[in-house]
Amino acid sequence: MSNVEFRKDIFADERDDDFNEIGKPRIRQDILGHVTGRSRYYDDHLFDGLLHMRCVRSPHHHARIRSVDASAAERMPGVRRIVRPSDVPNNLNTLLSLIGFGRDDEPLIASGKVAYRGEPVLAIIAETEAQARAACNAVRVDWEVLPHVLDVEEAIKPGAPTVNETYPNNTFDYGRFDHQKLRFGDVRKAFREAAHVVEAEYQMSPIEQAPVETCGAIAAPETNDRYLCHTGTQALFFSLGTTAKLLDTPSSKLHFIGGTVGGGFGGKVDSLTEPMAVLGAMLTGRPVKFQWDREEEMQVGAPRGGERWRIRDAVTADGHIIGREFTGFFDSGAYTRLSSYAIQKGTGHLPGPYWIPNVASNIYCVFTNRTPATAMRGFGITGVDFAIECHMDRVAETVGIDPIELRILNSYRDGDMKPHRRLAKNCALVECCQVVAEKAKWPISQAARSASSLTGSSPERASIPDTAVDEEGKIGDRRNREIDPAPAPGTKTVPAGTRQPGEMKDAGPQRPDMMPDAAALGLKRDQASAQRQVRAAAPSAHGAPQPVAPAQVRPAAPAAAPPAAAAQPQPSAPAAPPAREPGPAPSTGQPAEVPYQPDKPFQRGVRRPGVSPFLSGSRRR
Amino acid sequence: MALHKGRGFACINYPIGMNLGGDPSQALVHSTPDGKFMVTLSAIDLGQGMKSVTRQIAAETLGVPIEDVYVDTADSDTGPHDMGSFASRGTHRVGNAVIRAATEARQQMMEAAAEELEVNASDLDTDGKGNIHVKGAPGRSITVSETAIAAQFNQGRTLAGRGIFLIPKSDVNDETGEMSTVTCFAHAALVIDLTVDDETGEVKVDEINSAYEVGRALNARLVEQQLIGGAWMGVSHALYETTEPYYPERDHGPVDFLGYQMPGPGEIVPHNIAILERPAADAPFGGKGPGEMCANPVLPAVANAIYNAVGVRCDRLPITPEKILRGIQANGGARPQARR
Repeated sequence: MSNVEFRKDIFADERDDDFNEIGKPRIRQDILGHVTGRSRYYDDHLFDGLLHMRCVRSPHHHARIRSVDASAAERMPGVRRIVRPSDVPNNLNTLLSLIGFGRDDEPLIASGKVAYRGEPVLAIIAETEAQARAACNAVRVDWEVLPHVLDVEEAIKPGAPTVNETYPNNTFDYGRFDHQKLRFGDVRKAFREAAHVVEAEYQMSPIEQAPVETCGAIAAPETNDRYLCHTGTQALFFSLGTTAKLLDTPSSKLHFIGGTVGGGFGGKVDSLTEPMAVLGAMLTGRPVKFQWDREEEMQVGAPRGGERWRIRDAVTADGHIIGREFTGFFDSGAYTRLSSYAIQKGTGHLPGPYWIPNVASNIYCVFTNRTPATAMRGFGITGVDFAIECHMDRVAETVGIDPIELRILNSYRDGDMKPHRRLAKNCALVECCQVVAEKAKWPISQAARSASSLTGSSPERASIPDTAVDEEGKIGDRRNREIDPAPAPGTKTVPAGTRQPGEMKDAGPQRPDMMPDAAALGLKRDQASAQRQVRAAAPSAHGAPQPVAPAQVRPAAPAAAPPAAAAQPQPSAPAAPPAREPGPAPSTGQPAEVPYQPDKPFQRGVRRPGVSPFLSGSRRR
Repeated sequence: MALHKGRGFACINYPIGMNLGGDPSQALVHSTPDGKFMVTLSAIDLGQGMKSVTRQIAAETLGVPIEDVYVDTADSDTGPHDMGSFASRGTHRVGNAVIRAATEARQQMMEAAAEELEVNASDLDTDGKGNIHVKGAPGRSITVSETAIAAQFNQGRTLAGRGIFLIPKSDVNDETGEMSTVTCFAHAALVIDLTVDDETGEVKVDEINSAYEVGRALNARLVEQQLIGGAWMGVSHALYETTEPYYPERDHGPVDFLGYQMPGPGEIVPHNIAILERPAADAPFGGKGPGEMCANPVLPAVANAIYNAVGVRCDRLPITPEKILRGIQANGGARPQARR
């Protein structure tokens, strides 16, 4: 059905392919456990006396909570603990506070008001999941329903209800503005000079990450006043840090274990289930599981957000795009989560893989009364790529040029200036277009076939032009008057060539002996080694291994006579964790010749007759 | 009433890792007493093969066979800090940290071997099969296992290393959007062939041809799996999925996989893939993460192919039969565009 070919001939002079392991089709380290159903996921860890936590959730998009009556629920069988907002020591957080981005805006359990349908207002811990569900149904909440807003452009109109009090204008703040700007050259001038102006709007729909394993965590009190948490998180220390912050507990008291996850696709970064489970374990002194069911995963768990994009292109008669303007709206839902960051990522990505001399964009992170959006595969990029590439097809049709040839004509090349004022390098779009045209037998012109990512730039393409900038859309202005969300005409000019010094570069290795040389990494180009500078603190050490410290130079004599103990160290070897499940001989990287055959049938799970369901240990045997 | 063939194209590039940096990853490597190596991380294996690719990177850098390396990950008591598995950052960030940790461990190993063989460490090399030998004199050698035993029991030396990879966080100018983004970009171009039924509005994707530039395919099989799975996800995103079918209204949201439609195993599209490798200077062995970008070109290519087939521009996802039929109706019938 599918086939793969490696085009080793392309960029061959930039690579050395002589490796022992790299590039080889080695089988997965954990494949045996996966295909025999024995790999342990978070939910395969069993605990004596495990309790189950469920949430009471808002049925309204936006409502004030007048009161919550859990008195009936409290008396129901199996109920061990009602968890209220006041039980959360530090009940306000934003995920990216861990890297200092944005303000705390989201409670773990809402108090006062809810801002989306499905927001938790109370949690109940019970002996069984069914008892916890029944008790949640018995909670009576007195709601005062508030006006809500679900559309991003409605939400930024004057008089729209405030969704999130931390951001009262329903937009995330970017410096002085209520949106992230990108300005390069002058798009207005380009539109005046263009033979064609092509304009359209694109709308992404929210979708679900849809992992087979839903989000969840199991927490248990450990000895020595610590808490163990088995989790399906995509980001172990994000979840640990978030839990420590919300529960106001030292991170040293938390022991998080994960790493084998049943699919993520971005939906397991939000770190909502881990603080809930650990809180439950703290409050009850018992192991607690907090796990979403499929409905929660789909309707309460954060989706990929809806994005709306408007693109306007200025195009010459022969198909050169000389100006491109974006107006983008990210539907963040009720809270920030990660959308604010995705917008900056998207801004750095514009105008797509093309060189366009005039680019302007305004992107808004908008709060609406819906489930908060979060990361999903391609976050910040997938939506705008859909818009850009559909738009390229429109441009090709308008100009009357082949769609692939249009891409190659406008493609970015090594050395071109990008609108965020940094040079492009390591480009390969042209070659991808050529190879796929050949594969699909899509005829393209000789000029398109002979183009290259390595050539085609010029001093003009490498320069930063005079740039028209504006002050439209300061934080709060849109509350008072309706303002066109599209990029406004420039009111002043940032002179050509303006840019801050600096290039995105890694911090370098801590010490010179942590740095292999470029040749060992299979990189051939000079630019490759130039990039790999070690830190300023160790400037001369590029690539050259050095003795680490004088202390390591020892007299050779003691080593010459190995003591007897050294001759038989094998008994101590099992100190290493079991590297492989029993099974086929340690693979040399190739799939085993003979398929794996178990000596005896597997035992599946522990629910055998006569076995206690409250067995501690692992579900997988 | 007829079936219309259509062909669509799209191409993309994709930034690897958190775009503005500020996302460190660490790795620790140490030898067991008899010369097997443990790599300790906090990275998450979501099924993408994180453990396997870091294992290969460690084995290659150490110069030992892959069977002699084991990756242990995501226990916060033992694993050093890592931001997490998202933003296509795993291979790039964690891979670089592993290279650094393994390079330091290798240096210790070579010095221990040098002491045993009474030569300079710089005169030694590994053969990737578990031996360390004098360059140009393969007969004069010691096994990695003997080296570790000697280091542990005679020399009192650890064969261990630590590594961190960080691109420091940069800020964004609020007036111009100037920023230092990551410089490592993957690329892709893709052609979709499909058939649209102008009576039912149904779309059948017939074939995908693609070219993906991934810097270097560190594990050919894992890359292949990512690309095939990613293309499936792109088709699903374009034609099937939504949690809010009447967006921005929230009514009729699906709550299970009966209501939340996706293509089944029988609808996996034949896919002819070409892999290009232009190594990125700051990536491990030049490899860029293919994890996220592989779905991206599929969405617009499907929309463009539908336009090519029946002349309907579908600018709102997902492209359901209803939207196609309404478009055909508004146009007064299917309007097939030029065949390519």
